[in-house]
Amino acid sequence: MKRGTLLRVALGTVLLALVLRPAWFAWVFAPFAPEGGPIIYERASLLSLSLSHLGLVALASTAATLVAVTLAILVTRPAGAAFLPLSRTITNMGQTFPPVAVLALAVPSLGFGSGPTLVALFLYGLLPIFENAITGLSTLPPATMEAARGIGLSRRQRLVRVELPLALPVILTGIRLSVVIALGTATIGSTVAARTLGEVIIAGLLTNNTAYVLQGGLIVGLFAVLIYDAMVQVEAFLFRRLGGQPSETSE
Amino acid sequence: MIEIEQITKLYDGLPAVDSVSMTVDTATITVIVGTSGSGKTTLLRMINRLVEPSSGEVRINGTPTGTLAKHVLRRRIGYAIQGHGLFPHYTVARNIAAVPELLGWPKEKINARVDELLDLFSMEPEQFRDRYPAELSGGQQQRVGVARALASRPDLLLMDEPFGALDPIIRARAQEDLRRIQQALGSTIMLVTHDMEEAMHLGDRVAVMDEGRLVQHGTPAEIVLRPATDFVAEMVGGVERPLRLLSLIPVSEIVEEGSAEGDALAADTSLRDALSTCLWSGRDAVPVVQDGVPMGRVTLDAIRAQAKGQR
Repeated sequence: MKRGTLLRVALGTVLLALVLRPAWFAWVFAPFAPEGGPIIYERASLLSLSLSHLGLVALASTAATLVAVTLAILVTRPAGAAFLPLSRTITNMGQTFPPVAVLALAVPSLGFGSGPTLVALFLYGLLPIFENAITGLSTLPPATMEAARGIGLSRRQRLVRVELPLALPVILTGIRLSVVIALGTATIGSTVAARTLGEVIIAGLLTNNTAYVLQGGLIVGLFAVLIYDAMVQVEAFLFRRLGGQPSETSE
Repeated sequence: MIEIEQITKLYDGLPAVDSVSMTVDTATITVIVGTSGSGKTTLLRMINRLVEPSSGEVRINGTPTGTLAKHVLRRRIGYAIQGHGLFPHYTVARNIAAVPELLGWPKEKINARVDELLDLFSMEPEQFRDRYPAELSGGQQQRVGVARALASRPDLLLMDEPFGALDPIIRARAQEDLRRIQQALGSTIMLVTHDMEEAMHLGDRVAVMDEGRLVQHGTPAEIVLRPATDFVAEMVGGVERPLRLLSLIPVSEIVEEGSAEGDALAADTSLRDALSTCLWSGRDAVPVVQDGVPMGRVTLDAIRAQAKGQR
């Protein structure tokens, strides 16, 4: 645990420095830059690209969470059970459709910029959240559910006070998977002019500048690792609160 | 008073509970006993309408249950089940407070009630109020489950195999607790079990169910002495009947003048335990004391006379 905290702080510091003071790392990336070419990406500030990248992911993941969880709630009610296969099909399609194809298809209607990326991330993020929410809501402890009914909680009260809180750790796992996938996938958005860290990577690919590719990739990777870790901590805390053993070791 | 009238539940046209009628007096424990599939749990669940009756009526203090909304009805009836069913994400206090909260009790009244119940179940409020169910032992969880069911002072407490998941020693203690608390609060309880021993021990009245029908409803002594059917006799346990009978009678009932050697028994000891003491210590008579004052003695012959059923 102690060592884990230390590692977390170290990675966080490196990430902050990379984003805020990229020039400090010129010596690291210099060997990968082309002869006499630029080493550090300077066409846009890495900070603003990072914020815009994270913003896109946050927006898409929030929307995916709202839709997927609502859908999962509906199909786990007795009245909505018939729609379970249909919603599964829809969310599965969202996952199987490659994001690149979604971008290409969305550009004509939404134009260049963030729009197509948001759509692609949203569709791609639905499935893990939906499947986990279904699992969480349909594997609640039967004695607790029986008691909730027996002591006189209405349907709505059971959902809000018992079912959702108990399913929360499992739903969060789905959100975590979805967010991490979105962090990586968002880089592709820069092919249709969304402002993401993908811009750095793509610029590097176009000019044969491996230093750019490394910078972009490293920042995205560090964000993904740290956000993933933070969410694991939250899940483990909730899980312990519910009386179970931590689902995954954080180290 | 709980009146159950001609209540029936059909599944696919077959009766799971077949026209059962019975009356449960206020402040008594009625134990419904039967094998699995006898319809005992279905009968219990029809009282708080977790199962809707196909026909018939249940009245609680004169109010037919069908006239109330389900959740309103259930808030008036305590419900405790096997495996406690506590909310794992609520503290002990919030679990117990669940129904009073639904009923909109003021906060101070809820807190006072929670502490009162924890005290009643011998759980120090300071120590247990803020714990989570996972941090309790099985016996403690079960007590919190019963405390939650009693929290709003319900007209009726339904218990479905409440002690089924406990080991024998903890179960015996839980049964004693339930008896004591029922007498202290004057609660009306209907409890389902498959264990005739438990039924004899806890019930003021015992109702025996077989294949959806109520085959006998009476005091434990009646059930043992005059089983209505072969099935009841079998449930009571053929060869064990004299012992069951003895277990229902305290020594104070047959205590006589005189003295005896050896350690004394308390007046509320059952004749079964007295017999056991006689046999184990090889005595023909044992002294009886009440609150430390000698009452007399109980003899092996007197016990034997009590154990004789009708032929």
